[in-house]
Amino acid sequence: MKYILMMNAPKAGWESFNQWPKEVLQAHIGFMMALNKDLKESAELVSAEGLAMPGEAKIVRAGKDGAPVTDGVFPESKEFLAGFWIVDVESKERAYAIAARASAAPGLGGAPMNIPIEVRQVMSGPPEEFV
Amino acid sequence: MTQGAWDGESEHLLRDLAPQVLGAVIRRFQNFAAAEDAVQEALIAAAAQWPTEGVPENPRGWLIQVATRRMTDQLRSDQARRRRETEVAGQTGYLMPTAAPEWETDQDDTLVLLFMCCHPALTTTTAITLTLRAVGGLNTAEIASAFLVPEATMAQRIRRAKQSIKLSGVPFAMPTPKERTERLRAVLHVLYLIFNEGYTASTGAELQRSDLSREAIRLTRAVHHLLPDDCEVAGLLALMLLTDARRAARSGPDGELIPLTKQDRTLWDQEQIREGVALISATLPKGSVGPYQLQAAIAAVHDEAASAGDTDWPQILALYGVLMRMSANPVVALNHAVAAAMVHGPAAGLELLRALDGDERMSGSHRLDAVRAHLLEMAGDHAAAIVHYAAAAERTASTPERNYLLMQAARLREGYNR
Repeated sequence: MKYILMMNAPKAGWESFNQWPKEVLQAHIGFMMALNKDLKESAELVSAEGLAMPGEAKIVRAGKDGAPVTDGVFPESKEFLAGFWIVDVESKERAYAIAARASAAPGLGGAPMNIPIEVRQVMSGPPEEFV
Repeated sequence: MTQGAWDGESEHLLRDLAPQVLGAVIRRFQNFAAAEDAVQEALIAAAAQWPTEGVPENPRGWLIQVATRRMTDQLRSDQARRRRETEVAGQTGYLMPTAAPEWETDQDDTLVLLFMCCHPALTTTTAITLTLRAVGGLNTAEIASAFLVPEATMAQRIRRAKQSIKLSGVPFAMPTPKERTERLRAVLHVLYLIFNEGYTASTGAELQRSDLSREAIRLTRAVHHLLPDDCEVAGLLALMLLTDARRAARSGPDGELIPLTKQDRTLWDQEQIREGVALISATLPKGSVGPYQLQAAIAAVHDEAASAGDTDWPQILALYGVLMRMSANPVVALNHAVAAAMVHGPAAGLELLRALDGDERMSGSHRLDAVRAHLLEMAGDHAAAIVHYAAAAERTASTPERNYLLMQAARLREGYNR
């Protein structure tokens, strides 16, 4: 079964990323790379994508004629999607375990950041008996 | 019927033959989309049979024969279907084409196919997809994985690309001498884009996708082989070789970006550098200098320096000066500013960057900030450099590049706070 693990970061978090010392950044980046490598090796990784920083993010709606109407992202938005993984795992517990590992990525002082990660099952095709 | 053993070279052979076989089948049946499918099937059959049964004596003939058989089977079944559908109206299906005498010529169709796939009437994505598939002989799964999209998406992209060839009426023919220069430029641009996509991987987590770069080099080499006297073809091939030679040194063990000045030059591919330098050295004196040759010459100057400090920056600056006059491209202007900073000091480079501030083509790009940060750092203005490194990190869509820019800012902050 497939799950999407959505890593949200507070807007302030994005900005503080820019203030981290070099070793902290290095440790954080290394941690995320090792996680992706392990998921590839365990054959559970479907995809993993990091998103560009939210500075250029836009909220889009269809206007009267269907043409896009774009808004800058609202200053009151507190959280942004920083990146996501889609994993194909045996159980939801395994998906939670992967999310917990990602959540514990090191931040300042090497302490786990305990980033909130939203875990949702990805809908699939019809079950076998209906095919 | 067979003799050769199967090895990496045979696979090379298979891919080299792909466009020639496709050309022959198109000549006979005049249907690009169906011919392309038939040739793909023949290639798959060859890849399955040749490793165990050996490479046939006439591999090209073998492939043409298999593709033609597939094509004939397909046409028969189409005809039968049409006959059933049109019986009431008393119509008959179209006739099987007969073998025209010219259908199997010795002419190499690689160029004709390239001119067709890279026709300016097609979108860039279409041209790239068709080139990799019809000329490069890559299968759908290979192209999909090179562009990091699902196979089904790529299959659809290929279908639409073939459809647009059909709708555009782009002919399977050599361009007239009058349009040839223009059309060749379009071909080289597509090959350059394929190389770049592999080299810089414009989006995503991996810095380089070397399979695409290698493919671009292979195809450009084929064009150079067919048009040995064209200076820009030679220039593009040299540029690719000299750039790709640095591949192993360009990223670290964790995929992090390593800039030219910090690269371990012992990891550079000396064989490839020798080939690129020889090629550009033989081409430049011919006197028909173009942008690819100039970029190759610049790459050669970098590649020939034993260390970053030994780089002949005055020569690079002069070459960028010529390139600036030839093509008013803001990316060239950025590199020109860096070269000026290396020769005349950072203030000269920063002065040149000011001219780019109002340039529409630079707006929203992280590159101007990244270069400005670099030059500000050179000038010792670390506070301003940090601001621009951070701004560039905010805008880039490449993960390794963002990591690199964040690290640059962090490194400077540490020195600054101390």
